[in-house]
Amino acid sequence: MSRHLPILIVLCPLVGALIVPLVGRVSVRAARGLTVLATMSSLACAVAALREVLSGDDWHYHLGGWAPPWGIEYVVDPLGGGMAVLVALLATLVAIYAGPYLRGFSSLRGATFDSLFLLLTGGLLGITLTGDLFNLYVFLEISSLAAYALLGSGGERAVVATFRYLLVGTIAASFYLLGLGYLYALTGTLNMADLAIRLAAVPSGSAATVGVVLIVVGLAVKMAVFPLHGWMPDAYTYAPPPVTMFIAAVMSKVSAYALIRLLFFVLPAGDAVATARDVLGWVAVAGVLAGSVLALPQKDVRRMLAYSSIGQMGYIVLGVSLGNAAALTGALLHVGAHAVAKGCLFGAIGSMPRQTVQVEIAGFAGAARRAPLTMAAFTVAALSLIGMPPTAGFFSKWYLLRGALEADAWVFAAVLLVSSLLSAIYFFRLLEQIYFADGPPVSEPGQASGVARRSWRVVAPVVTLGAIVLLIGLFNGALVTSVIERALPEL
Amino acid sequence: MRSRFGSPVLDASARLLAPFMWLFAAYVMVHGHDSPGGGFQAGVILAASIVMLRLVRGGGTGSGLSSRGALTLACAGPLLFGGIGIGSLFSGGNFLDYGALPLPMDPVQVRVIGTLGIEAGVMLGVTGVLVLIFDVLASWDDGTV
Repeated sequence: MSRHLPILIVLCPLVGALIVPLVGRVSVRAARGLTVLATMSSLACAVAALREVLSGDDWHYHLGGWAPPWGIEYVVDPLGGGMAVLVALLATLVAIYAGPYLRGFSSLRGATFDSLFLLLTGGLLGITLTGDLFNLYVFLEISSLAAYALLGSGGERAVVATFRYLLVGTIAASFYLLGLGYLYALTGTLNMADLAIRLAAVPSGSAATVGVVLIVVGLAVKMAVFPLHGWMPDAYTYAPPPVTMFIAAVMSKVSAYALIRLLFFVLPAGDAVATARDVLGWVAVAGVLAGSVLALPQKDVRRMLAYSSIGQMGYIVLGVSLGNAAALTGALLHVGAHAVAKGCLFGAIGSMPRQTVQVEIAGFAGAARRAPLTMAAFTVAALSLIGMPPTAGFFSKWYLLRGALEADAWVFAAVLLVSSLLSAIYFFRLLEQIYFADGPPVSEPGQASGVARRSWRVVAPVVTLGAIVLLIGLFNGALVTSVIERALPEL
Repeated sequence: MRSRFGSPVLDASARLLAPFMWLFAAYVMVHGHDSPGGGFQAGVILAASIVMLRLVRGGGTGSGLSSRGALTLACAGPLLFGGIGIGSLFSGGNFLDYGALPLPMDPVQVRVIGTLGIEAGVMLGVTGVLVLIFDVLASWDDGTV
């Protein structure tokens, strides 16, 4: 079976999504167990496939035995395989984390939630592994549709926020598809490797430019890059905790992966791509600053983290825009670092007792005494977003800074430093509440429900993510030389 | 006064229509490869017949397919699709390589049977999902299926 690993990574969650609603009728526990099992086996397959690829060549798998460019192929290379491991890891932890949240649900609702979660996971994994541009669109839609349903399940305000995301996200997906249509019309192929060869032979004209612009704008909306981020803060704020944890961690990163894949591996390095990268650079600068500044006055912690995500996505886009080896290393390292840290932060917030509808900063007073482990993980993740050594965020920002200096982009370097300062301000405001403010007395009624929510299934994933943030930081050298340097395009 | 579902005229005409719709759905599915149609379209026709029965006879029994049944179909159809793909994966081919299925026929026929099975899976899945959408919209108040 081991020669089928690339397809098994995607099949485990997709088949699981179909079985879970049927099993859920008989036994809710079995359905929950199946969800965790599906994500875990997907993670095991992804790790095994990545190991295989790191010790040898890229792995091409032809669906239905049809050779590309006619058939659809899945490709595991260090870049795609690494992303698959990241997505599957977060999915496994969130699948465990969701257990206590789903306790009060009817068996049908619970099974539907799990099924949608597995569909979302399968869709995101498909994007990371497919070698076919149209297949990428299909997986983009699978993951987006599942995400709309999951985000909307958080109550009335979530429905309104999600409907907005649905409209914007559908337009973005149409942009991607339309751009893909232009490239298909020019070359007659949808296979990424084949398209890269054929497109290089096509003289650059307005059709190719329009295609590139549409694809970049479509993916930028999905990534919530600054001026196109409007859907994101509300959607993240009102969604159920496990959903925000997963979607904030990996969904925008997978779109960022798709952008990197297209800009550096598929589209030829002509005028259109160079201009797109220039524009993205200034957009990223605006996004980094705007995200950090807008995060400052927020009272709701989830909303603050959502705006911080906009700033952090700016870092990744900045790395893509600079495009030299150091900057791309930083961007890829930041994809991993930010995914793990954001998952940890949203997970920790979701484990807090829900006294009020909004999770206000003042509500965190004295939280360190009530939940020391969770808050320790929260602190590590927050320090990583600020960029303090030895956490993962320091090293990704270090590579980005080096990339900016190598390219003589002094403005970008200055923006990196200023935004780190701003994020230090808004995170330390929160950390002060957590560690130094007096919390409510232990006998308060909200406290009891808080303890009930904090079972090991909630604490363990959050603490694991916090530990991974530290581990990525401590072993960043090994990670960069063994995976990320091999994932870089030939520059 | 709210009129109840059904009337002799509606009943008789729905009863007359339904078998022909099912036959047409089967025709559209089987001929998907050389005429407009296929699993999706056949599924829509099948779902239309069930929605018609629901409109005439009400949501209770006698409409052919319960909401639970529709959910089962919505999962079982794609599972049939995936099962055929995984079956070929276990019998030596790649995923969805139907030619590798261990059936006692010549390879071309095995491929035809595999494709037909997948189309049937798509048809059942589409039927289940469309009936579910109708049921969810029709029972909007409590939001349960």
